[in-house]
Amino acid sequence: MADYQNIFTQIQVRGPAEEPVPVDEGLFPRVNRTGFSHLVGRFGSAQFGPVYLGWFGLASLACGFIAFEIIGLNMLASVGWNPIEFIRQLPWLALEPPAPSYGLSWPPMNEGGWFLLTGIFLTASIMFWWIRTYRRARALEMGTHVAWAFASAIFLYLVLGFIRPVFMGSWGEAVPYGIFPHLDWTAAFSLRYGNLFYNPFHALSIVFLYGSTLLFAMHGATVLAVSHLGGDREVSQIIDRGTATERTALFWRWTMGFNANFESIHRWAWWFAVLCTLTGGIGILLTGTVVDNWYLWAVEHNFAPQYPEVWPPIADPAASGGMQ
Amino acid sequence: MALLSFERKYRVRGGTLVGGDLFDFWVGPFYVGFFGVTTIFFTLVGIALLCWGASMGPTWNLWEINIAPPPLEYGLNFAPLAEGGIWQLVTICATGAFVSWVLRQVEISRKLGMKYHVPVAYAVAVFAYVTLVIFRPLLLGAWGHGFPYGIFSHLDWVSNVGYQYLHFHYNPAHMIAVTFFFTTTLALALHGSLILSATNPKKGQTVKKSQHEDTYFRDFLGYSIGEVGIHRLGLLLALAAGFFSAVCIIISGPFWTKGWPEWWDWWLNLPIWS
Repeated sequence: MADYQNIFTQIQVRGPAEEPVPVDEGLFPRVNRTGFSHLVGRFGSAQFGPVYLGWFGLASLACGFIAFEIIGLNMLASVGWNPIEFIRQLPWLALEPPAPSYGLSWPPMNEGGWFLLTGIFLTASIMFWWIRTYRRARALEMGTHVAWAFASAIFLYLVLGFIRPVFMGSWGEAVPYGIFPHLDWTAAFSLRYGNLFYNPFHALSIVFLYGSTLLFAMHGATVLAVSHLGGDREVSQIIDRGTATERTALFWRWTMGFNANFESIHRWAWWFAVLCTLTGGIGILLTGTVVDNWYLWAVEHNFAPQYPEVWPPIADPAASGGMQ
Repeated sequence: MALLSFERKYRVRGGTLVGGDLFDFWVGPFYVGFFGVTTIFFTLVGIALLCWGASMGPTWNLWEINIAPPPLEYGLNFAPLAEGGIWQLVTICATGAFVSWVLRQVEISRKLGMKYHVPVAYAVAVFAYVTLVIFRPLLLGAWGHGFPYGIFSHLDWVSNVGYQYLHFHYNPAHMIAVTFFFTTTLALALHGSLILSATNPKKGQTVKKSQHEDTYFRDFLGYSIGEVGIHRLGLLLALAAGFFSAVCIIISGPFWTKGWPEWWDWWLNLPIWS
């Protein structure tokens, strides 16, 4: 047990920076600056850069910066432009969506207009970044798996801030920007719709979230446990199986009667991560549009017990026209 | 059960922690070993107890079967079987089975000349489970604080315990745990994608290796952590998610009994603001 477990890199080889694969870089070449960090090299690669920025990378950063600034300046305005109070109250501050009474119309700037403008810039930033994931893969003649996995996360983002609000007929349904405020939104959303734990797609999303964590623990641990046999060179092991592959396959076969192989474990990984946001997005999209109370829906579909009513029912404030 | 083409040369004696050669054999694809025997024992007894408990309950609906811990009045004593005693025995069986599974993984690692990352990682998950059903009930003084065994009943428990602290999202360790869960899933998507994209380029193009992988991530983000590094990172993120999950529940009750939103008052009241 005291032998070398390959938790940290003990000896670092430091030559000139590794050269990137040459590609047709167009008008916007790679930023050819590299640097090294010994400390980072203990854990992973010590080398930083070179990076490819490109027009889409630049556009993404610019739009992301504008969105970030609009949020920050609105928060600063909300505490009377007091920088100390801004830092003090930062976790509680928010840029809130418009009130439900505005529906899908454009409200005055300080009543939700800034919120919508932030959404436009943030969405643009994310879309430019998506193009980047796709184009960098194609430039290197690689598959576009990163881009399609990212698209699944974008789907959840668009459901929360765009598609569901449109279906519900109000931008007020969107999630506020802010640390505690977005957590408040999440809790209020679950309470309003009868406990999201009874939403089967929410359950699936959590299964894939925990499942992804389980898979990465299993996969990371398995590969590290055979790194002394070259198990970390995964693509080489995929196309030309070595003893590292054989041992990892047998480890899981002997443990649980089933094993993936060096390629298929990455397919399991990809699908688990992709399905986490995909099923999560479906679950949010159905909430309030198709199903109004997940607990009652669960009782109706025979997967939740009917609990006795302990307290008298509380009137739904939304039904009486409150919060307009 | 057919062996894999290369399996026979790996099926050798040795590597056991307990029992010498006595249990050093396979059943179908499964390795047995002393801890395989204890695992199957605890599992069968545990499942039988769960079935017995279900037979005393109101339903056989799989979603609604509920094996609840004893009422709080029993404190840390054994309760009658029908009033949570079954839950107590199932907890013993589950812990026994999980610990056996860890030690079985150790034996299989030794047999295959592998290091011990997998059993260490699995032990973190077992630690989180034991925190929920043993450590926290011990600190709070009643087995009734464990979570019930049932598909939707355990979700009700999570809901109810969360709202006992008003709003559990404000629990700082819960925040850290959730962040680790999301980050692990993001990192898993990126890692799985990168390996698949290197191995599966367009038709007619050659398979790519680490120079392309590194170039993709350096072009994309300015940094590529490398082939060993990503597995260290993934393991670390995943284990941190499990560890901070255990922290977030063990501090709820034993160390903080008010609403979690209130906990943040210390920040608002720091002397540096005035």
